[in-house]
Amino acid sequence: METLAMPAINFAAIMPETILSAVAMALLLVNVFVRSEQKAYLGYLSLIGILVTFFPIVAGWNAPVELQSGFNGAVLQDNFSLFFKGIFLVSAALSILISDQYMQREGCNHGELYPLILLATAGMMLMASGTDLMVIFLGLELLSVALYVLAGFNRDKLKSNEAGLKYFLLGAFSTGFLLYGMALTFGATGTTKIAGIAAYVAANPMITGNQMFLVGMLLMGVGFSFKIAAAPFHMWTPDVYEGAPTPMTAFMSVGPKAAGFAAFLRVFMIALPAYKPEWSALLWVLAVLTMTVGNITALFQQDIKRMLAYSSIAHAGYVLVGFVAGNAVGTAGIMFYMLSYAFMNIGAFAIILLVGRKGEPNNNVADYAGFGFKHPLLGLAMSIFLFSLAGIPPAAGFIGKFYIFSGAIQAGYIWLAIIGVLNSAASVYYYLRVMVFMYMKDPVEEFDWLKVTPAHALCLLVAVAGVLIPGIVPGYLLELAQKAVFF
Amino acid sequence: MLGAYLPIIVLVVVAAMFGLVSVTMSSLIGPKKPSALKLSPYESGCEPVGTARERFSVKFYLIAMLFILFDIEAVFLYPWAVVFKSFINAGAGAFIFGEMLVFIVILFVGYIYVWKKGALEWE
Amino acid sequence: METFFFAIVALVAIVSGMLVVKCRNPINSALSLIVTFFCLATFYVMLEAPFMAAIQVIVYAGAIMVLIVFVIMLLNLRTETGSRYTHAVTVGTIIGVLTLIEIVYFFSGGRSGLTGATGGLNTETIERVGHTELIGRSMFTDFLLPFEITSLLLLVAIVGAVVLAKKKI
Repeated sequence: METLAMPAINFAAIMPETILSAVAMALLLVNVFVRSEQKAYLGYLSLIGILVTFFPIVAGWNAPVELQSGFNGAVLQDNFSLFFKGIFLVSAALSILISDQYMQREGCNHGELYPLILLATAGMMLMASGTDLMVIFLGLELLSVALYVLAGFNRDKLKSNEAGLKYFLLGAFSTGFLLYGMALTFGATGTTKIAGIAAYVAANPMITGNQMFLVGMLLMGVGFSFKIAAAPFHMWTPDVYEGAPTPMTAFMSVGPKAAGFAAFLRVFMIALPAYKPEWSALLWVLAVLTMTVGNITALFQQDIKRMLAYSSIAHAGYVLVGFVAGNAVGTAGIMFYMLSYAFMNIGAFAIILLVGRKGEPNNNVADYAGFGFKHPLLGLAMSIFLFSLAGIPPAAGFIGKFYIFSGAIQAGYIWLAIIGVLNSAASVYYYLRVMVFMYMKDPVEEFDWLKVTPAHALCLLVAVAGVLIPGIVPGYLLELAQKAVFF
Repeated sequence: MLGAYLPIIVLVVVAAMFGLVSVTMSSLIGPKKPSALKLSPYESGCEPVGTARERFSVKFYLIAMLFILFDIEAVFLYPWAVVFKSFINAGAGAFIFGEMLVFIVILFVGYIYVWKKGALEWE
Repeated sequence: METFFFAIVALVAIVSGMLVVKCRNPINSALSLIVTFFCLATFYVMLEAPFMAAIQVIVYAGAIMVLIVFVIMLLNLRTETGSRYTHAVTVGTIIGVLTLIEIVYFFSGGRSGLTGATGGLNTETIERVGHTELIGRSMFTDFLLPFEITSLLLLVAIVGAVVLAKKKI
């Protein structure tokens, strides 16, 4: 009989995921045992769970290497993954803060919302710290299945159903690509561990000529590109973002994208450096295409949720620029950018959510006429978010873009950086158009239905602080991001 | 190696042949005297009403979905049951038991949820 | 002998796979899909993976097909009438031909481009230890974390099914 080697488990490496899943399961049971029409308390309980989860993340920072790895190298909780886990927690917390009001208004405040958000967050975390293709795949599935449900959460609304179905069909399709790519990679190298693949490639340099390995890499790239909504795999984004309940749109525009990038970066940079010339050339094209398609299509959108959907495609393109650069500056830029993107995008969606009312989403840009005069503070917050999205200093979006583009220039991708800056300049038009409506048109509506709950105010405050403070004094966060780069 | 599956193939072939041959033979050599009564779907039963292609209720779907999910849970129990002994022999009985316990407890939470939610009731 | 048997099963798999797409009555498509699933199970057996074959029959040909047939009955789909031809067919044909050329190109260099790493397991080990036992061993040691994540995934699916399909939640 062969001997059985028991795995080295090390629970510390999956502590954040464990806490979130345990809280999610507890809330699921609380939800069915406490029969109450009010579900806000579940939101507060899940916020407490998220706060608790911050402790192992802070404690794990700069942990010795032997404490980072767990489950025979299936997960690696290094600084890189911890930084991303922080981003996921921030986006989950901000989305939960704005959920209850919206769900009550639309008549779908079911308690399952919060466990699903927490489990999706746990899935993202597994993607960020997974060093085994199986863990990355299952993390992605955990995240995606929860998001399919969340996108279709408003069951009485046709648009929401459409969003859920479309997201499910295209998501399942893209998962097929990813899984097939992983299977071929496994077939070529005989291991699913990222470090194992890297070691096999180093020991057998001839494998780069193996078509099976090459096709495996390409299919994985396609699968990840679907998840980060890079053109030409972005078709699902506008419909899903438009139809999904607004707080969930905010959540899914930030977290899954960041998780997709985390796994994408780790697989390609560590397991497939042998193909770097090939994949960076491919991603160069993808980045240019994504930025351009996103920005140009966003110029023509009248619906603000669709506009932000295309803008999120464009932002995936900027982040891909940092990926192509493939150096420490670019990667630190990606992390910094994803964090600030969480604040500015969820902040913008929080305002969009307030402007709407039951049955009337008021998503047209023209609905914002005079909004800045009627609600000066909210108008100011929206302006800050839009400035940051457009990449105008002193907002955090500017610093992130600056670092990503300077990473590209350092790596010698001058043209890519120029195209990125030009795209960024074009994007100013559609962000500022909203501001033109807010401040330069006479109000049509009184906006008297608008009610800012304390939770909502807290979300906006945190988001504004998260955009402005790193924008003005970026040093601390950038240092963290630089320490988190894994090479 | 694959020779071990030869009996199964033989069985499949014999079963298929039996079905084919008996149908062909009876239609070839059997007497045929059709009448209206003999050709009705249920010779001594009720007259069929409407089409059999009725639209199903969505309730079936939920039950089927839950069935599949717990079916997949059961699939994971097979290899576990097979390797249980060798883990005990390796001195890791508590380990393998704990693993499956975690798995089952997580799904048990789902089961309690489904039960309390009333998804197993025919509403 | 084995190659001959493989060729027969592969032919059945391809024909039934095409029937899934070509049948105008969705129930017939579903039944053809069962045949495809059985052919896949046969392939698993030929690859010395009897446990996978059993799972393929139990889960796919059994449970999932029931769900598919339920959904067809739920939607009360009728036999399709009218032409199916759209531009998607043209695009699909072009992509299909390109993929075929690609596959032929890959195989034209012999099998050298398609060989991968060989692991420690071989037919002899599988015969001696047993396929299910080997799956169990790696699942409960090396792939322990993925195994536990699977239960979370099933939990999310349970919640999702109830949230989306239950009449009153």
